[in-house]
Amino acid sequence: MIWEVTRIALRGLRANKLRSALTTLGIIIGVSAVILLTALGNGIQAGFNEQFGSLNTQITVTPTEGAVPGGGQARDLTENDMEALLNPRDAPDVATVTPIVGGAALLQVGGDQYRTSVTGTTADYLSITDRELTAGRAFDEQEVRTNAKVVVLGPNPVNELFGGNPTAALNQEIRIGSAVFRVIGTVEATGQQDDVAIMPVGAARSYLTGGDDELDTIIVRARSAEAVTPAADQITAILSERHNIRDTAKRDFDVQALQQQIQEATQFLSFLTLFTAAVAGISLIVGSIGVANIMLVTVTERTREIGIRKAIGARPRVILLQFMLESIFLSGMGGLIGIALGVGLSLTGAAILPQLIPDFPAPAVDPSSIVLAFTISLIIGLIAGGYPAHRASRLRPIEALRYQ
Amino acid sequence: MSTAYPHPRSLVGTIGVVEGTAALRGGIMIELDGVTKVYGNGEVQVRALGPVDLLIEEGDLVAIMGPSGSGKSTMMNILGCLDVPSGGRYTLDGVDVSKLRDNKLAAIRNTRIGFVFQSFNLISRTSAVRNVELPLIYAGDKSRRRERALAALERVGLGERAGHMPNELSGGQQQRVAVARALVTNPAIILADEPTGNLDTTSTVEVMRLLVELNDAGRTVVLITHEPEVAEFAKRVIELRDGQIVRDVRQKQLVAS
Repeated sequence: MIWEVTRIALRGLRANKLRSALTTLGIIIGVSAVILLTALGNGIQAGFNEQFGSLNTQITVTPTEGAVPGGGQARDLTENDMEALLNPRDAPDVATVTPIVGGAALLQVGGDQYRTSVTGTTADYLSITDRELTAGRAFDEQEVRTNAKVVVLGPNPVNELFGGNPTAALNQEIRIGSAVFRVIGTVEATGQQDDVAIMPVGAARSYLTGGDDELDTIIVRARSAEAVTPAADQITAILSERHNIRDTAKRDFDVQALQQQIQEATQFLSFLTLFTAAVAGISLIVGSIGVANIMLVTVTERTREIGIRKAIGARPRVILLQFMLESIFLSGMGGLIGIALGVGLSLTGAAILPQLIPDFPAPAVDPSSIVLAFTISLIIGLIAGGYPAHRASRLRPIEALRYQ
Repeated sequence: MSTAYPHPRSLVGTIGVVEGTAALRGGIMIELDGVTKVYGNGEVQVRALGPVDLLIEEGDLVAIMGPSGSGKSTMMNILGCLDVPSGGRYTLDGVDVSKLRDNKLAAIRNTRIGFVFQSFNLISRTSAVRNVELPLIYAGDKSRRRERALAALERVGLGERAGHMPNELSGGQQQRVAVARALVTNPAIILADEPTGNLDTTSTVEVMRLLVELNDAGRTVVLITHEPEVAEFAKRVIELRDGQIVRDVRQKQLVAS
């Protein structure tokens, strides 16, 4: 009997095509909005992870500026401190260490001058800080060992000295401080540390910053996101030992992990996604009220039909089923079309948006949002149709037949 | 009353009058025992019917007459199991239906009663044959459903109109589809509530002839009407007034042969 009642329900919907279509439209918009906005949110989250995910395992060690609390003699971080952090027995959770010395210098090409900051570091600096090259290459370990006078320029010096053209900068001789360096590469803008010239740590020391083996910063990478906390503890232990510090308040160095901030930002973004999905969910609720409304109108309009069906022997259960099915079809169809539309828009957006707007994160459809949206649309059908269908099934046949 | 309406005798060429009570099989189809129907509750109560005692035999053709307000619609609703009596007992085809609940009443209406209404009451936008199939669908009866529905339409002379929508049929044709729908489940009785009220005279005779034929084939028919011309087709006429039976006579049946 279900099959026949299904056909009766479908015929009921076809009898009012425009009305059924408009009612379905409410659900279509709601469901596709949920899917599209979740996809946008996911895209933004994925973009964030891609951009900042690497910071998740990063630990920054810096010497304390100025006087140490308690008045002890502050010691610099040194090359030896860095080597100690690479000891696999004392610091099993440390994967890599990268030294940084910093300073400022005057860059000169021909008559043009530009003052910028200098970062002296090792070959893996660019990969650790996730900086992409726009032209040329990074310096290698050989060049680091030999204190080669090569430099990788940030976008600001390239703009000021080479008219913003990275290829024009390549292989140019450039005077930095008192030495002449060769430009071997340029890096993209990230909005942070764009005003920079990156060179081998030894070269920076020898020609610019001076000093023996002091380091301004040690960037440590933990083996995994879970290893960040133990790695930080190991680093603290090693450096405290080396600097003869017993009292934690008297430490002359800072160990900072960005993990917590990254995770908080990620969580914030997922809340934001949830929030946009909830806003879209409001339109789904409005759509479902539309279904409930139309089902009430339908039941009232068709009171007489219900009376006839009851008179010729339709049990209340069958009438209930007929109108529940109509409601579920309305919302279920809306759900399916809404899913198609939402996924279609998301995929189109993923194809087009990053081309129109650079760095715009491509929407990523979450399969669970599809399942959720469809389930919700069916539940809407059940709830929105429930009361009207119940009313229809409870109509008394004589009153229903008398209805004009 | 009869002046407002041409007498069927003048409309049908071959009409005769025969003895009405000829061939009843003697079984009891309907038994009302002190049945009453009271509307309203508390202080304002209106007794629409009864108490009424009534026996209708299997194979009879009974017309229930009366002016509006006489209780005949109430009677029809109770006989049709569309409403339950306030008091008394109603036995239909051996089953006491006076205390049944909705589901059971629906099943009784579905299998034992065939309805023909004044306003046809076909489901719109649904073809004739699908309308006729409906009672079988609601009975959950799958066996040769389409075949039986078509046979019922043949029976009322509308075999070729099976695919037509109700709005493509004349009033008389619609009422004949309704008759087909009433008889497709092979019910114990056919209950016709003012079946000719919305029909012209030609269609009236067509439909009445159909009901007489079904009765001749042994089916119990109960007809509710306020038109004496229509009542003349019955074998027995019961007249209601103020909820009481005031006249109950057997008559010579007007037949269309």
